[in-house]
Amino acid sequence: MFKWRTDEFSWVDFTIDVLRVVIVLGVVIGAWNTLSSGRISFAQWVNLFAAGLSQGSIYALIALGYTLVYGILLMINFAHGEVFMAGAFSTVFLAEALNRTGFLNAQPLLAILLMIAFAGLVSMSVAILLERIAYRPLRGSPRLVPLITAIGASFFLQYTFRGLYGSGFKAYPGVNALQGVIKIGGISIPVVQVFVFCAALFLMLCLYWLVERTRIGKAMRAVSENKEVARLMGIDIDWVIMFTFGIGGFLAGSAGVINGLFRPQGVNFYMGFIPGIKAFTAAVLGGIGNIPGAMLGGLFLGLIEAIGPNLVLAGLGIPGANQLKDVIAFTMLVLVLIFRPQGILGERLSETKA
Amino acid sequence: MNLLRSENARTVLALGLLSGAFILFTGAVGMIAAFHEREIVNDVISLGQLLLLLAPSAAGFIAADRLVKGGAAPREIISGGLVVGLLTALPTVILLLFNSEEYRFLLDLTLKLVPFVVATYYAWKLHGAGSDQRLIIGSWLALVVLIGIVTFSFALIFEIKGDLRGVLPNISRDWVDVVTFDQRKELMTGISTLLLVSLGAGAAGSILFMLPPIPRKALLYGLGITLLVGAFGETVRLILQENVDRDTLKQIFRRDTLRQDPALMLFVVSTAAGFLWAMFGQQARLGFSNLEPSRRRAVNGLGMLIFAALLLMLPWLIGRTLSDVAVTIGIFVLMGLGLNIAIGLAGLLDLGYVTNYAVGAYILAVLTSIGPLGRLDGVFTFWMVIPVALLAAMCAGFIFAVPVLRMRGDYLAIATLGFGEIIGKLAISDWLKPLIGGAQGVQAIPKPIFLGTELKNPEQLYYIVLFASLVTLFVSIRLNNSRTGRQWMAIREDEDVATAMGIDTARAKLLAFTLSAATGGVAGAIFAAKVGTVFPNSFTVFISINVLSLIIVGGIASNPGIVIGAVVLIGLPELLREFSDFRFLMYGALLVIMMIKRPQGFIPSQLVSHEIRAGVKAKIATAD
Repeated sequence: MFKWRTDEFSWVDFTIDVLRVVIVLGVVIGAWNTLSSGRISFAQWVNLFAAGLSQGSIYALIALGYTLVYGILLMINFAHGEVFMAGAFSTVFLAEALNRTGFLNAQPLLAILLMIAFAGLVSMSVAILLERIAYRPLRGSPRLVPLITAIGASFFLQYTFRGLYGSGFKAYPGVNALQGVIKIGGISIPVVQVFVFCAALFLMLCLYWLVERTRIGKAMRAVSENKEVARLMGIDIDWVIMFTFGIGGFLAGSAGVINGLFRPQGVNFYMGFIPGIKAFTAAVLGGIGNIPGAMLGGLFLGLIEAIGPNLVLAGLGIPGANQLKDVIAFTMLVLVLIFRPQGILGERLSETKA
Repeated sequence: MNLLRSENARTVLALGLLSGAFILFTGAVGMIAAFHEREIVNDVISLGQLLLLLAPSAAGFIAADRLVKGGAAPREIISGGLVVGLLTALPTVILLLFNSEEYRFLLDLTLKLVPFVVATYYAWKLHGAGSDQRLIIGSWLALVVLIGIVTFSFALIFEIKGDLRGVLPNISRDWVDVVTFDQRKELMTGISTLLLVSLGAGAAGSILFMLPPIPRKALLYGLGITLLVGAFGETVRLILQENVDRDTLKQIFRRDTLRQDPALMLFVVSTAAGFLWAMFGQQARLGFSNLEPSRRRAVNGLGMLIFAALLLMLPWLIGRTLSDVAVTIGIFVLMGLGLNIAIGLAGLLDLGYVTNYAVGAYILAVLTSIGPLGRLDGVFTFWMVIPVALLAAMCAGFIFAVPVLRMRGDYLAIATLGFGEIIGKLAISDWLKPLIGGAQGVQAIPKPIFLGTELKNPEQLYYIVLFASLVTLFVSIRLNNSRTGRQWMAIREDEDVATAMGIDTARAKLLAFTLSAATGGVAGAIFAAKVGTVFPNSFTVFISINVLSLIIVGGIASNPGIVIGAVVLIGLPELLREFSDFRFLMYGALLVIMMIKRPQGFIPSQLVSHEIRAGVKAKIATAD
């Protein structure tokens, strides 16, 4: 922000500064009101925190896909939310089938692993096809072109899946092992939230290992550093890009299953749109192109979404504060883009990138 | 194998598989069955069947074109058409077999075999490329396991569900009926019919291409016009209703479908007209361009005059239902022209355009409503509020523009998308409910009153939209050629260079956002007056996507393109109800295809197409 400041008075800077002050004041007053009124007990705060963390870890898994692709191609794969939807929506049928055979409750761990693998592979295929058909012909074209393509692909995928599977909501069956709560000293946390968090953490660690410790991970890092030099070193760039899309897709698909088990309201063809934008927010929040950043950003966004409405909006006397969860998330997106486009962990992107 | 390696054979294979995938896809998402509801010619062909015929014949036509360029003999070209036809039907035939009771074991067998076949194929390829033993075995195993997981799961799903329809609701009886030409009971007969029809269509496509150019053009015109009139039978009927007496109408149409004899007549007449045009069209155009400039201007002027008269008389020519569609199209033309200022002229990809539309609609609703939420009780009329809505939308555009002034490209797009979502959520929230009614919205918005008459019909509202569109068109043409317009174009091309040339980019961008918001507000206000109620559900991201699509498809920064884009993208789904379920599917596909094949749009502005060509060259030169 300070880089742009010249000696001349710039009223754009001034407006943005005013905005900053207003927001800080609003947050402080709201939080003060809520905390001093003591409307929400400590145990409730812990519950909100846990719910926020598990929701956030799902955002983080999706955000990794944005970040991986951005790191390599410098493009926003706007259709990534639909990749997430593809896996989640397809796996609902598998979950039903597993439930019908009784396998889901007899061997919950194996069944969930199978579901994650299935969803991951479906999403992976969608992501790879997307890259192959829609994005590859456009490499090197002006920046708006792939973005518009991605928007088109996003709607195309949504309505394709609507056509394939129907437009209604379909719910994942409940898994007995995930019902119930864990009690620690008067605070009870649902098992499913713990499961979601651990599963997401495990997948993220796998990704970290893949990127940092394997040959293909090294190739990915090389391509994101400099494509031409990587090509000269004998790396098959097309393959690496495809692999990156595939990995991002796999994570999104598995996030779809985890999300399905976590949220009982079910899945439909439109379910990917909002989480997609939110995960993008998470990726930007952490610093787009930065893998630990996406994880952190996801968790952070989940927390803000869970706590923000209750802490700030309710404190400001706004009724139905929890309806405005999405507003908080999107406001967060806009604020990050205004005030810290490089994110929490990201380095400052050059002007042309941002 | 050598045959497959030849360029020609690969072309044929690729085209055949592409059209086969198209038929399979449209079937699986339910398009074919839905389109079958609309008959083009009574008891002869439906829109769904047309899809089945069109894909192989178009593919055959294109294949013939490629084969002629590849130097193939006529015999080869026709066999190419036949192969294309066969391949087109093949995926659908396989799905039919999978779907039937008797041949379901084929599905199970395929699901079991696929992992091994695919893995072995890749292992064989790796072997051919000279990879080492361990890599080959490793990748074979990995592929078997990975694909195996998917196919095993599918097998399990289908086992439990019993049939394909449990998962894919559109692989239904209706679909089977259409693709087997109503021979669901006799599956093998149905499949043979499908194969024969497809083969015939593929061959017909290639033969059509080999005809001499003049009859070919004439036939294409004739077919095209007949099919169009047939497909839009309902629309054509509505137009004729206004001008032709009922008995004649009954002879032409059976309910909304063209009868056979008139269709044949139409085909003959339009083919003849096409023949004449193909023979003498070139001469006519040449004659026109050889006219003296003053004469040419006179002819052009006459054309414009007729066009203007048509525009003015339109509602009386097309009747009420179609006028309603025209008003909707007009609202989108307004928004398209407005958004074009941001996207087309200044290169600012604004995905939150719905914000302005919503502001305009809600301002009008709250200020004029005579329901419980309109507290001003008829003090304001439509005409007084329109400028208010315009100003309010401009203010909204301004306010939302300030924070994003320093964002570029992708970030700008996502941030504006975020604004759109925020507005949507706020409109539906309890917080603003006392003001704008939450999910129930605002009701009882009175119609505009002009010189004492209430403009309650679409025929009358049409003139408001027309007037607003013309004003916007005028403004945007003037802007395009103004100093500001050139500043915007400079920013669109390169913001840094624009700054370096002394352009106040912040001011120019603000102006672009604000002006572009203005027409959005007017469009919203007209929409609210037309519908009479305002619901938050009318203001979703889909509106923004609609407007974006019509700009991109019509031609970015091209005013005629935007009008045509609106007529096609908004009018088509309104006129062909079967389309409306698949509207966003088609928009999405159109956006992708346009960006890959024709980024300048169908009616490109000359400047932009020039720039894109130059840009591609520059990109190639400086590719990183």
